Amino acid sequence: MKHFLTRIRAFLVAAKNTVTRCVKTLTKDNVKHFLFGMKMTDGFVYKFVIHALLISLGYIYLYPVFYMVITSFMSMSDLVSANVRWIPSSLNWDNYRLVWEAINYPRALREALMLAFFPALAATVSSALIGYGFAKYRFPFKRTLMVLMILTFIVPPQITMIPTFRMYANYGLLGSVRAFIYPAILGQGFNGAIYILIFYSFFRMIPKSLEESAQLDGASPWQVFTKIAVPLAVPAIIIVFLFSFVWYYNETYVSGIFLGYRVSTEPTGDWLLMTLPLRVEQFFAQYDALFPVGSPARELIQSSRMAGNLLAILPLLVLYFFTQRFFVESIDKTGITGE
Amino acid sequence: MKNLLATIGRFYYQTYLPFKDKVIYRLTHNRLLRSTHTDLVIFGKINVAITNRRRESVVGLAFILLWIIGYLVFALYPVFYTLYLSFFNVFLDGRALRLEFVGIGNYQAAFLQDPYFVDVLVNYTLELILNVPVTIVFALIIAMLINQNVRGRGVWRTIFFLPVIISSGPVIAELMNQGATTLPSIANYTFIDMILNNIGTFLSNPLQALFEQILLVLWFAGIQILILLAGLQKIDKSIYEAAQIDGASPWESFWKITLPSIMPLIAVSIIYTVVSMSVFSLNAVVVYIRHTMYGLATSDLTTGYGYSATMAWIYFLVMAIIIGIFIGIISLRGRLKQ
Repeated sequence: MKHFLTRIRAFLVAAKNTVTRCVKTLTKDNVKHFLFGMKMTDGFVYKFVIHALLISLGYIYLYPVFYMVITSFMSMSDLVSANVRWIPSSLNWDNYRLVWEAINYPRALREALMLAFFPALAATVSSALIGYGFAKYRFPFKRTLMVLMILTFIVPPQITMIPTFRMYANYGLLGSVRAFIYPAILGQGFNGAIYILIFYSFFRMIPKSLEESAQLDGASPWQVFTKIAVPLAVPAIIIVFLFSFVWYYNETYVSGIFLGYRVSTEPTGDWLLMTLPLRVEQFFAQYDALFPVGSPARELIQSSRMAGNLLAILPLLVLYFFTQRFFVESIDKTGITGE
Repeated sequence: MKNLLATIGRFYYQTYLPFKDKVIYRLTHNRLLRSTHTDLVIFGKINVAITNRRRESVVGLAFILLWIIGYLVFALYPVFYTLYLSFFNVFLDGRALRLEFVGIGNYQAAFLQDPYFVDVLVNYTLELILNVPVTIVFALIIAMLINQNVRGRGVWRTIFFLPVIISSGPVIAELMNQGATTLPSIANYTFIDMILNNIGTFLSNPLQALFEQILLVLWFAGIQILILLAGLQKIDKSIYEAAQIDGASPWESFWKITLPSIMPLIAVSIIYTVVSMSVFSLNAVVVYIRHTMYGLATSDLTTGYGYSATMAWIYFLVMAIIIGIFIGIISLRGRLKQ
C-alpha cells in the first residue's frame, strides 16, 4: 500500500514538473515565435493563411473538374436518380469505353500530340529569337514594329477568318500540319505575339553588363544569345513551350477551319487529321444527330460527354505534372549583384 | 608592300581557313560587296561606314527577320483587308465578293443606326476595366502562393495550371452550358445584394456582372499565373535576404522588391488578359459581330461582312485604347517613383 502511495506521489511530482515546464515555455515570446516564426514567413499564422488561401482558391478550380470526373463515372440510372448527386453508386467505365472506341483514342492521341508538339517547338524557338532581337538591340522603327505586332494580336481571329482562310487556301496549306508549323516558325502562330512579349520581358531582365563582358571576351551576338541569354531564360522557355503546346492542342475554332473540319453529322469513312478535342466534339455532333433534342438518349449522353472531355485534356495534365519540376527554384546563375 | 600582304592573305584564306570561314570570306569580299575594317563598299563605289550603331541595328534586324517575313506573309493581308472591307458593303455572289463603296457610312451606322452595338460595347468595356485588375491581382496572389515553400507544391501547381488547360479549349464552353462555372452560393449572400442596391446602377451593373463571373475571371487567370510565377522565380533570393537584414518586413519587401521587378511581366499579363477576354468566343461583342457577319447582306448598312468588319475595327480600337491606358498607368507609376 505504502509502495503504491509513493508511486502515486512520484507520478504527481512528475506531472507537476511537466506542467510547470510547459507554463514556463508558454511565455509571450514563445507564443509569438510559434505564431509568427523567426521572420514572419515561417510562423503558424502565416502558414495557416497560405494554406487557407490555397485550399479555397484550389477548390474553385477543382470544382468543375470534380464535377466532370464524377459525372463521367455515372451510369444512366445514377444520372436520373435524385438520390445520387456527388458519389456515383458504382465506378462505371462504360462511358470511357464508349468514347475510347468511338474515336480510336490511341491513334487520335498520337496525331493530336504531333499536331501540338511540332508547332509548339517551332513557336518557342522563333519567339525566343524574335523576343531577344526586340529586347536587346536598337534599330530603326522598333517601336512601330512592336505596335504592329500587338495590333495584329488584338484583332479577334473570328473577324479576320474569311480573308485568312482564303489566304491559306492560296498558299495550299490547308488540311495538314504545315498550316500550323509555317506560321509558328515565322512567329505568327496562335498567340504568337504573347510568346514574343514574354521572351521580350525576360531578356530585358538580364543585366546588360553580363552580355557586355561576354562581348569583350570576343563572343559573337549569336554566341551571346545561345550561351548566355538562353540558359538564363529557362523559365520563359518552359512557359512558352507549355502554353503554346496547350494552345495548339486545345484550340478548336481556327484549327478546325485550317484542318478542313466540318461538323459532319454523318460518320464518314475517311480519317481526317484532327486535334483530340475536335474529334471528341465531332463524335458527339454525330451522336446528337442520331437522337433528336429531348429524347432520353440525348440527355443521358451527358456523362459520356464528360468522359470524352476528360480523355481529351488528360495528356495535358500529365505533361504539366512532369514539366512543372523544371521551374527550378531560383536561377541565380547571373553572378552579378547590385544591378 | 600592299601586294605582298594581299598575296599572303590570299594564300592564308585558300589553304588554312576552315570551310565555313571561306564561305564567309567569299560573301564579304567580292565585287558587289567588300568589307574593309571600317567601311562596307557596295558595287565598288558606294562607301558605307560601319558604325557600332549600324552594326547593332543590322544584328537586331537579323534576329527579328523571321518575324518580319512572317508578318508580311501571314498577318498583314487579313488584318488590312478587313480594314479595307470596312469601308464597303459586301455582298456574297456565290463564291465571289461583290463590293460597294460606302465610305465611312458603316462607321456612322455603327454609332447612329445600330440599336445594340454601342450598348453592348460600352457594357463590355466597363466590365473589362473592372475584370482586368481583379484578374491580375488574383493571378499575382496565386503566383506568390505557389512560389512559397509549401508541402506538395507539385500538386498545387498542377491544380493552378488547370485553368490554362480548360479555358483554352472547348471544355470551358461545355462547363458553362452545364452551369458548373458559377458558384451557386454567391447569389445567396444578401450582403452583396445590399451593396449593389445602394450604389448607382452605372456602377452596380458591372459589379454584379463581376460577382456573377468571378469564377470565369479566375479561370482566365491561368496563363497570367504562370507568367508571373516565372517572373517571381527569376528574382534573386539574396536581395530578399539583404532587405530582411536591413529590417524590411515581408510586406515592405513585396512593394519594394517583388512588385518593381515583375512590373514588365505584369504589363505583359495585362495585355494578355485584355486580349484573351476580348477574343473569347462567348463574349458578347464577338458574338454580336459574328451574328452580323453571317447575316445576309442587304442594302441596309447594318448587316453583312463589311459592317461586321467595321464593328471589329471599332472594337479593336477600344481595346487598344484600354491596353494603352493600363500600360500608361503602370509606366507612369514607374516614372514617378524615379
